[in-house]
Amino acid sequence: MRPFEEDFKLLNDTLQEMGSLVAHSVHKSVFSLIDRNEDYAHQVLRDESRIDQMEVQIDDLAASLIVREQPVARDMRFVVVAIKINTDLERMGDLAVNVVERTLGMMGQPPLPEMVDFREIANLVESMVLGSLDAFVKRDAQIARGVLTSDDAVDKCRNAIQHQVMNLMQRDPSTIPRAVDHLIIARSLERIADHATNVAEDVIFLVQGIDVRHQATGEAA
Amino acid sequence: MSTSRTAPSQPHTQMSPTSTESSSTAQATTPKMRASNVNFYYGSFKALHDVSLSFEANKVTALIGPSGCGKSTFLRNLNRINETLRDTRIEGEITLDGENILDKDVTEIRRRIGMVFQRPNPFPKSIFENIVYGPKINGMLKKTSAAEIVEKSLRRAALWDEVKDKLHESAYAISGGQQQRLCIARALAVDPEVLLLDEPCSALDPIATAKIEDLLVGLKQQCTIVIVTHNMQQAARVADTTGFFLLGKLIEHDKTDVIFKNPAKRETEDYITGRFG
Repeated sequence: MRPFEEDFKLLNDTLQEMGSLVAHSVHKSVFSLIDRNEDYAHQVLRDESRIDQMEVQIDDLAASLIVREQPVARDMRFVVVAIKINTDLERMGDLAVNVVERTLGMMGQPPLPEMVDFREIANLVESMVLGSLDAFVKRDAQIARGVLTSDDAVDKCRNAIQHQVMNLMQRDPSTIPRAVDHLIIARSLERIADHATNVAEDVIFLVQGIDVRHQATGEAA
Repeated sequence: MSTSRTAPSQPHTQMSPTSTESSSTAQATTPKMRASNVNFYYGSFKALHDVSLSFEANKVTALIGPSGCGKSTFLRNLNRINETLRDTRIEGEITLDGENILDKDVTEIRRRIGMVFQRPNPFPKSIFENIVYGPKINGMLKKTSAAEIVEKSLRRAALWDEVKDKLHESAYAISGGQQQRLCIARALAVDPEVLLLDEPCSALDPIATAKIEDLLVGLKQQCTIVIVTHNMQQAARVADTTGFFLLGKLIEHDKTDVIFKNPAKRETEDYITGRFG
């Protein structure tokens, strides 16, 4: 392998490592939410600084590659995509922290009078995150397109939760502080899905050189 | 003259796997120049294989590829400079405004299609005499004064301000970058319709290179430009379309943006990303 190829491999490997770390954070945040697992929540908080460090490291690697190699074609697409995925991953990590912070806050509070079920949205979000990272690792545009199709389902779940929680707040205003935590968690999970969608779109650009952003899902194919 | 020519063996609209004229832009309008099914031989060695490529008017086309791929050979066929070499032969058709240049008077063709070479090659004369040489032998001085042509040509080559006070000094007294722009000015002095450049910046520093590149972008308003370059970034910066040659074949020709962002052919991508070979 020639030196410049090793540099590209290092950027790729570091990005995959960050992706793995973020996927674990999302998984742990979801697990801590569904199972009220405090230990997992604290692990997510601990991992945040490592994710932040990796974001800086990846940006630096990408900038160096641009300066030294002036990449074109698939190399250019890779560096552009690496910088964008890096930002999306870091934001996913932050949103996982939001989820566990609210979850920890809820643990010391009495439950809402009516159970809010996060399982469906959590499963969807986690599968989107894993799918987008799998697509990146395998450079597989088909897997990436599969991720794009899930985004609407996440939005529906989030809207359903929002509707349920708003009703609860209207019926019993004393629930508002706890209910707001639920709304923020639903919003954070939905935002994680949005970032997974961004990663999937970037993978399609990386692999096929076409930009599918801001198109209806059906047109993206 | 040992160069011989044969008529094209196929209609020039025909596409073959080895003649990859893929540019939609190049085919969108009537091209200024068009090479159709060009084969070229140095003795028994076939240097070009069925190359078809169109050059749209007032555009810059870059030809890239590894050493020995045939890009310079192809360029040198576009104004028949290759005919000065012994034991060479060309097949196919090269048209300028629809007329086959291979059937035309070669002096007239070289006035209409100018050429600038890799190393600056000013004549051992003054700057002034370098510029007026072409117009003089082409009988152009009757209509326009020599001083007028010199100033106009040097201005077009973005060199006037730097040499206007030493026009009668030796052309060798100016820097390499200035000499190369002088050669461009000399080529422009006869008002060519097409300007061919064979690695014009390979002997120049980055500042001189930048000046030539800026010049090319401005010059395309006035003529059609074809440039052979080993500098990928230069092709990306100045060219509207780019053609990639390999082993005497045109592998791919498309908008420069497409070639450098998402080329269609694996060979092109391997070459421009440095993985070739």
